Amino acid sequence: MNKDTAAYLKGKKKQILETWMHNQVQDAALRDDLMSVAELQQQSEEFLSALLNAFGTPEAEDTQSAGYEPINDILSEIAISRARQGFSPRETNTYILSLKQVLSQQLEEFLSDNTALLYREILSMNSIMDSLAVIAMETYIKGREEVILRQTNEMSEISTPVIRVWEGILALPIIGTLDSARTQVVMEALLEEIVATGSRIAILDISGVPTVDSLVAQHLIKTVSAARLMGAECVISGIRAEIAQTIVHLGIDLTNIYTKASLASALKMAFSMLNIQVTRGSKQNTGF
Amino acid sequence: MIVLSKEKLPIQREQDVILFRNRIKELATKTGMSLVNQTKLITAASELVRNMLRYGGGGVTQLEIVSKNSIPGVRLTFKDEGPGIPDVQQAMKDGFSTGKSLGLGLPGAKRLVNEFDIKSEPGKGTTVTITRWKNGL
Repeated sequence: MNKDTAAYLKGKKKQILETWMHNQVQDAALRDDLMSVAELQQQSEEFLSALLNAFGTPEAEDTQSAGYEPINDILSEIAISRARQGFSPRETNTYILSLKQVLSQQLEEFLSDNTALLYREILSMNSIMDSLAVIAMETYIKGREEVILRQTNEMSEISTPVIRVWEGILALPIIGTLDSARTQVVMEALLEEIVATGSRIAILDISGVPTVDSLVAQHLIKTVSAARLMGAECVISGIRAEIAQTIVHLGIDLTNIYTKASLASALKMAFSMLNIQVTRGSKQNTGF
Repeated sequence: MIVLSKEKLPIQREQDVILFRNRIKELATKTGMSLVNQTKLITAASELVRNMLRYGGGGVTQLEIVSKNSIPGVRLTFKDEGPGIPDVQQAMKDGFSTGKSLGLGLPGAKRLVNEFDIKSEPGKGTTVTITRWKNGL
């Protein structure tokens, strides 16, 4: 970019910022629910002054050059914070691209008598802004991915509760895909709870596991064996009809393991193993 | 046999497996396959895709809806460029595993589908193709 042009734009900073802000505030898509106008003004000003400074550097067209480092930092910060705040990709990108329009207008005013130069300057400004938009998009997606990764971790922790259903009986509803990492979490949680409560029976309920293949079965068998070593017996419940057929065809041997179709029947079995009798009392004593 | 739809899904990480299984379920539902047949197909696919990840270092899967004698079905192709299987016959036996698994993946998958084809060349990779028809025959 030409030195004179850069200097001119720098001189017009206040005007550019005003028009840009005006456009943003006028835009129907303005998310003032997510970010206040004052905040937006501050962010925009910071970004614009860094950008106009970079225009004046010799390598103005290379957005990877040292002159653009502060801009890239500011831009990443803006994009990541917007990703977390819940802005859409379109809103994030429009923020950068709306500045392009304002800059074009200024260039047009400045270079109206020299079309050839105007054309070159607009091209060069465009390529800079486009690559900045790409950077913003990349960081925006990175920000989103971080959010997803955090949620994934949270989910695998939430979805492995060990419930004490009765004195000496634990239940472990497994929901979702049982991969190696999940099995590790499940097994640890179960074994710890067996020690803590001195339980003798653990019910592993797989109603919420969509697919039981040989790897999942192997993980289950390992969990059962580990629990047995600690003196607790496991019952696997929640085996649906289609899963039962699939297991048979696959050739998985579960004959050494107690299995039941429903959690209720597994609980019933656990009661009889512990010699507990549940009887219906007479109506007067129920307290309801 | 006519191919009604075709798509490709690369498998590189364990997370891709979940996406892949969901996609098969959608396709199988579209053909009107019963829940039992769907589960069998998905389980077989799950076995093969795990093999692909574990031994083949990932690869590409192809999902197709096919039709033969106006009976629809789902055909899946698993292609990797891993080390290949030196002895396919041995690998197809129950209980044989070079890893520490149950050794049921390949033979089990074969029992769960209607058509099963495996081609492997040591050093070049393995391609497995399975088909399950809507009526399960």
